[in-house]
Amino acid sequence: MQLNRDELLKAYRLMRGIRVFEERVHDEFEAGRIPGFVHLYAGQEASAVGVCMHLGDDDYIGSTHRGHGHCIAKGCDIEGMMLELFAKQGGLCDGKGGSMHIADFDKGMMGANSIVGAAVPLALGAALAAKTLKRGTVAVPFCGDGGSNQGGVLESLNLASVWKLPVVFAFENNGYAETTAASWAVAGGDIVNRAAAFGMPGVQVDGFDFFAVHAAAGAAIARAREGGGPTLLEIKLGRFYGHHEGDSQTYRAAGEADRLRAEHDCLTLFRRRVVEAALLDADDLDAADRAVAEEVEAAVAVARAAAPPDAAALSTNVYVSY
Amino acid sequence: MARIITMRNALSEAFRQVMEEDPTVIMMGEDIAGGQGAPGEADAWGGDLGITKGLLGRFGPDRVLDTPISETAYIGAAVGAATAGLRPIAELMFVDFMGVCFDPLLNQAAKFRYMFGGKTRTPLVVRTQYGAGVGAGAQHSQSLYSLFAHIPGLKCVIPSTAYDAKGLMIASVRDDDPVVFFEHKAMYDTVRDDVPERAYAVPLGEANVVTEGDDVTIVAVGRMVHFAHEAVRKCAAEGIGCELIDPRTISPLDEDTILESVERTGRLVVVDEGYPRCGFAADIAALAAEKCFHALKAPILKVTPPHTPIPFAPNLEELWLPSPARIAEAVRRVME
Repeated sequence: MQLNRDELLKAYRLMRGIRVFEERVHDEFEAGRIPGFVHLYAGQEASAVGVCMHLGDDDYIGSTHRGHGHCIAKGCDIEGMMLELFAKQGGLCDGKGGSMHIADFDKGMMGANSIVGAAVPLALGAALAAKTLKRGTVAVPFCGDGGSNQGGVLESLNLASVWKLPVVFAFENNGYAETTAASWAVAGGDIVNRAAAFGMPGVQVDGFDFFAVHAAAGAAIARAREGGGPTLLEIKLGRFYGHHEGDSQTYRAAGEADRLRAEHDCLTLFRRRVVEAALLDADDLDAADRAVAEEVEAAVAVARAAAPPDAAALSTNVYVSY
Repeated sequence: MARIITMRNALSEAFRQVMEEDPTVIMMGEDIAGGQGAPGEADAWGGDLGITKGLLGRFGPDRVLDTPISETAYIGAAVGAATAGLRPIAELMFVDFMGVCFDPLLNQAAKFRYMFGGKTRTPLVVRTQYGAGVGAGAQHSQSLYSLFAHIPGLKCVIPSTAYDAKGLMIASVRDDDPVVFFEHKAMYDTVRDDVPERAYAVPLGEANVVTEGDDVTIVAVGRMVHFAHEAVRKCAAEGIGCELIDPRTISPLDEDTILESVERTGRLVVVDEGYPRCGFAADIAALAAEKCFHALKAPILKVTPPHTPIPFAPNLEELWLPSPARIAEAVRRVME
């Protein structure tokens, strides 16, 4: 699938946006300005963007506790996200959700989710709605290697095939469920091996390579849109940070995260490839870097200055009516 | 000679002692050691807050089992293993995750003894973190103990001190019924008191009278005992004597201690971090209304969060939680 210049720039801007967002969240969290817990997506950008480039606002994604990247790739507003992380008024969820629960249904983003694997059956339901209402849209639940071992996730794989739903399961295997190695916890070798057992195609893809993810996701999503049923993608990648901010990461090999940054940075790989192939100029990419940095910086400034939610917000929106 | 230690260390010591005294005690849970199959350090976390650190080295991988993120499978396996000769302590990292795996407790462990005509024992402890106050949001902050107390066949333990945490954990592991053991995530390091080194049991179903008083009875569990204690001190300075009762286990429930106190004071305030509807506070209020109505000099008051999920924003979360000030206010109101 050939990408034109605008699409390439868009992909780069989104990936870069996620990276800068996460690096700034890392700093702001460390400085004590973001409450609760955050789980950073840095390093995994090619996955969210490679998949979501194929999706419109009417297509749904489900997400995980590590959801910032999925949000940005799906088009969520960066300022609204930053306000949400800071627990401020004007946040995408009015400051009542936080990092682990950001959602924007107008963008087809069904929510980050702090229950592991929980978004997978929910996205299955979005695919069911798409099929029933003949919308021609699809749903993509993102799920980690840890979530791949949840009963509800395995049941969802089965049900997706039984109902032949327009869904693409995007398993992001970053090697660790918290501290536990996927190589230990995922029986049967790779997650992709499970596809055959549930009667669907399985594709394993290098998640550091935007173009590989983009191609594999494109084929699977097109197939789902045309009524061809579900596909399982296993996107192999790595996270630059710990499970959550504050994780000592002693379970990792010495220098592991540094090696990922040096040798497997999806942004570096993308830049090298498009510049060498003369698809984009380095100047274009530099300009995108500056624009994204300014956008994120502005969002941080707004979020720092914003007011916390009004006390009255405590008891609003428990129900639609009661 | 007092030995002041944290609730964290009291629980760690309890695990070590029950595993030493009984080779059938095993532990399982997600990252209770950590680093399984990973290239770095083994026992990397010792649980997400380090409460079970060191057990893997001491008791080995046959008795300290990390699990994949598969709560339905391993909580179910813990129940099955309990019927087949082991005495598992299964960690559910946060009680909110019970949404994933309720069946093994709700329909299985809780029913076996009764449904099978008394022919089984299910000596199981599911230990789990609960509670708000750390910005963990709607899916990691709930105090769901009332859900478990609702179910006949389950026991439900909620310690408020390091001493009780150790003694109740030992009693729970030695107990032959399924026990759900609640540990408040904000109490591991903030609660410190005198804990004997020896292995001792605090019996399930015996309340602790934290303070004695003749004017108002306050019933509270878990972290709310500490909030209520603060209110008791405030009210004492105003000349109101409060009897603060910590049931320590809400199933079984030490009804006698509560009712004797309410008979004497004629006033009851119940404090609960759980949701207000059909919960612990409502249950205690109903108990008193039913069994000592004629002794009551004022309406029973509940101090609970509102009937809403737990908000992420810290200012809203603080409003959501019962506070010592709100408890003291309730005490003053029943004294009017």
